[in-house]
Amino acid sequence: MSDATLQREPPGRPWRAVAFEWLRDNLFSSWTSAVLTLLSIAALVTIIPPILDWAIFHAVWSGEDRAACLGPGKGACWPFIASRWGQIVYGFYDAVERWRVDIVYVVGAIGLAWLMIPRLPVKLWVGIAMLTAFPALVYVLLSGGMFGLPIVPSTKWGGLLLTLLISLTGIVVSFPIGILLALGRRSTLPVIRILCVCFIEFVRGVPLITILFMASNLLPLFFPPELTFDKLIRALVAVSLFSAAYMAEVVRGGLQAIPKGQSEAAAALGLGYWRTTAFIVLPQALKISLPSIVSSCISLFKDTSLVSIIGFFDFLQVIKAGNSDPVWSTPNTAFTGYLFAALVYWGFCFGMSRYSAYLENTVGGGKVGAGRT
Amino acid sequence: MKFGFTLAALALSLVSTASAQSNSPTLEEVRKNGYLRCGVSDGLTGFSNPDAQGNWSGIDVDFCRAIAAAIFDDPNAVRYTSTTAKERFTALTQGRQFEVLSRNTTITMQRDVSLGMDFVGVTYYDGQGFIVKNDSGVTSVDGLGGATICTQTGTTTELNVADYFGTHGMQYQILAFDKESEALAAYDSGRCDAYTTDHSGLYAARLELSNADDNIILPEIISKEPLGPAVRQDDPAWEDLVRWVLYALINAEELGVTSQNVDSLMSAANPEQRRLLGLEGDFGKSLGLTNDWVVRIVKKVGNYGEVFERNVGQGSALKIDRGRNALWTNGGLQYAPPIR
Repeated sequence: MSDATLQREPPGRPWRAVAFEWLRDNLFSSWTSAVLTLLSIAALVTIIPPILDWAIFHAVWSGEDRAACLGPGKGACWPFIASRWGQIVYGFYDAVERWRVDIVYVVGAIGLAWLMIPRLPVKLWVGIAMLTAFPALVYVLLSGGMFGLPIVPSTKWGGLLLTLLISLTGIVVSFPIGILLALGRRSTLPVIRILCVCFIEFVRGVPLITILFMASNLLPLFFPPELTFDKLIRALVAVSLFSAAYMAEVVRGGLQAIPKGQSEAAAALGLGYWRTTAFIVLPQALKISLPSIVSSCISLFKDTSLVSIIGFFDFLQVIKAGNSDPVWSTPNTAFTGYLFAALVYWGFCFGMSRYSAYLENTVGGGKVGAGRT
Repeated sequence: MKFGFTLAALALSLVSTASAQSNSPTLEEVRKNGYLRCGVSDGLTGFSNPDAQGNWSGIDVDFCRAIAAAIFDDPNAVRYTSTTAKERFTALTQGRQFEVLSRNTTITMQRDVSLGMDFVGVTYYDGQGFIVKNDSGVTSVDGLGGATICTQTGTTTELNVADYFGTHGMQYQILAFDKESEALAAYDSGRCDAYTTDHSGLYAARLELSNADDNIILPEIISKEPLGPAVRQDDPAWEDLVRWVLYALINAEELGVTSQNVDSLMSAANPEQRRLLGLEGDFGKSLGLTNDWVVRIVKKVGNYGEVFERNVGQGSALKIDRGRNALWTNGGLQYAPPIR
């Protein structure tokens, strides 16, 4: 027992009494909560063991093809995931060129980690590099055609690579556009306000699928034939604009929460609109809306699976296509694939959510009522 | 003298390019790109499916490979674009994302007439069928009276069952699921007596059952689902080319030309084979191709029978019988007009 625990508890009390008290206070404080506690325990006991049984204890862990996963009483077919690993991570990217994707992953991970860990120095320069040099590096490395790198058409990109590419682009591009739209919507200049309102309300009134579908199939009709954009670029633009409209409303919520006195005080000090906005209003507004901003990032991350509708093999679609591979089709293959997909999505989203909670406690100064996502 | 020779050579080259020139803008575009763009499914066993290495295979894929072989003498000069059932037609017509849609698509009048595209023929005669357990003793659809049938919601399969059982005065109960895997799992666990979907899909579904050999696919089909490739309506010459690639595949099988014997047939062949292989006539040139176009197709991809057996037949995991997809000479429906 450590000193800390000794201080909190009166000496000499048996741990049984402590445990009993905790149970009485937290789980069985009234007969309704006692019933609910028992029901929850019963539900957990009936649900969890079969899942664990299927996913771990009776699962197949190695094998060459479906024969390994066939047979009575067998659970999840994990070697199927192993056999598809390359496709899950890289999509259909040419095997000999995958080192290019690896570089992108490594540089991206280091850059993001640098920006996310508060102790590390020169954040501004790393941030500028991540916003300018990194996208250029990604473009050159992934599509090739320069510096002697063979061209890999974007139809071959897929898996986690595509999911991360689309969601990160969406998040990074939508953030500044969203802020501008939010400011525009609160602007006193009627033309700007009306334009912003129209854009936001139009995009928010249309499902993402429709926007993707338009970007993929209808947009080429409006452009002259010489001017064609890659389908992936059109999808990226569509996702970014879609998420910008939502971001705008989130930021506007934050802006409205800032008392008028703040900008009036700034005006009294002689600050103009831009400086008031940039130094007084926006920092506070963004701090308030941080939980909602992260929420919309999380939902954007999950929404990227919709690009499969326009024929992209994102992470989820790679797994779905794997299910129809006759080499691996068994009664358990599809469910194994979906379980794995769920775990990966959960991992990313939970990570984002925890990071935002951490940010609220540090940047937001642990403000009460800021809430956790 | 030298000048005259150059002139003659120039004239000759002009003539030869002119004869290889087609009046198909699509073919010109494909040649300029250096590859064919082919719209395939997002993963359907035996028709178009990416393997663990990311290579596409299947009947629909081989059809695109055959076109590429005829044009470039290289079956790998194809870029595949995956399409979903929802966007396949717009992706072909308005989106112009590919030159051929080769994606297990049922030919119907509405699709052919009003969507701005044309089907070139039937690569696979499919139809809705049933799979039942061996120990149920059912051997034909007529034995399914009173059965509980599992299927997917929101597809025509449900309506077809209603039509068929209604007209034959049989009782039945439908158990519809949102996802195909759920419907199949329900059948596998014994909640229904039969599972219904397209015949080819049943063979793929059988692999997902806990014991494939305990199940039998009933021979009858209750709907017509002819699957075929489609092209845009605006380029009749391209449509001809794609259609005759399909006919060439079928004719090659009928005339006994296979990837194995095509080389030996080049010397000794009967007149029909000689026309097919481009030894007589200018059939390839009339499509804007070379006269040995069928040789290229058969050597690199095989004839229709080889394509079938490799992807869905005995050479594959599906093991589908030729059945309706046998040649007309063997009691099936596959028939191609002659090359002459």
